[in-house]
Amino acid sequence: MAVTAADVLFWLLALCAGVSGWRVFATDSMVRASFLLLLSFLSVAGIMLLLAAPYIGIATVFMMAVEMMVMALFMVMFMMNPAGLNPMMMVHQHKLAIGAGVLAFLGLTAAILLTDLPSDPVPADRAVVHDLGIELLGDSMLVFETAGVTLLATMIGAVVLSSRRGRYGDADTGSRPPGLEPGGDPAGREPEEGGGGHHHHHH
Amino acid sequence: MTLTSVLIVASALVGIGLYGALSQQSFVMLMMGLELMLNGVLLAVIGFWSFGLGGAPEGQLFAIIVMAVMAVEMAIGFALVVAVYRKKQADMTEALETLKN
Repeated sequence: MAVTAADVLFWLLALCAGVSGWRVFATDSMVRASFLLLLSFLSVAGIMLLLAAPYIGIATVFMMAVEMMVMALFMVMFMMNPAGLNPMMMVHQHKLAIGAGVLAFLGLTAAILLTDLPSDPVPADRAVVHDLGIELLGDSMLVFETAGVTLLATMIGAVVLSSRRGRYGDADTGSRPPGLEPGGDPAGREPEEGGGGHHHHHH
Repeated sequence: MTLTSVLIVASALVGIGLYGALSQQSFVMLMMGLELMLNGVLLAVIGFWSFGLGGAPEGQLFAIIVMAVMAVEMAIGFALVVAVYRKKQADMTEALETLKN
């Protein structure tokens, strides 16, 4: 079987996707981790371009570039070690996780190798992006619109979950038990640390 | 570049993502593992579409749905991280022993 340029490019991108995906969990810097994940996504997007899916490939590039920027921002906001100045290895159940990952890979690979896979490639002259557009605004419009409404619900949910104050007071008012006497401390168990709702934010 | 090789690469990404999602203590790193798994799923979907469907557009539509799932997971995940951090000053999985409050 002749090795074409597309084959070489595919295996290079595959190697890049896999190695950078692994390095995400092996690097000391969390910002670097999110950019490595971006590299992995970009490699997969390149493979998708090779697989005759230009629209999905380019959409992945745009979406993941923005998403990983957000991720890097969150890293800087939340993490104690965003710059990677100290060695960092924050894992639990490490052996189990490695085992599960390897088992998933081997199991899926075995399933792939043992399955009689379909063979009906995309014809070279097929206008795939045109087809997708007709499909999105034609037969599958309901699916497409449902995805849009789901994203809207996600936006609302994200704002509700992350906002400090709702329209009728603190955002967690409804999830705190009422006091034993009027105006008293909330009933029930106190969280060990950092809890207690609004008392915390003032210092 | 065959369907088999594309799917094996996809399963490698799923395996690495599963390792990350199970092993990482920090919420954001855990979400990176989930994203990596979905990355593999996306590659597998496009692989099947490219080699097995004769270019039927429904395969691409499914890939778009997977991407929407990725976006939803990120947005809700980060919102939950913010909410948990605000309540408990926690950014590690071990710091949470209960889902209440």
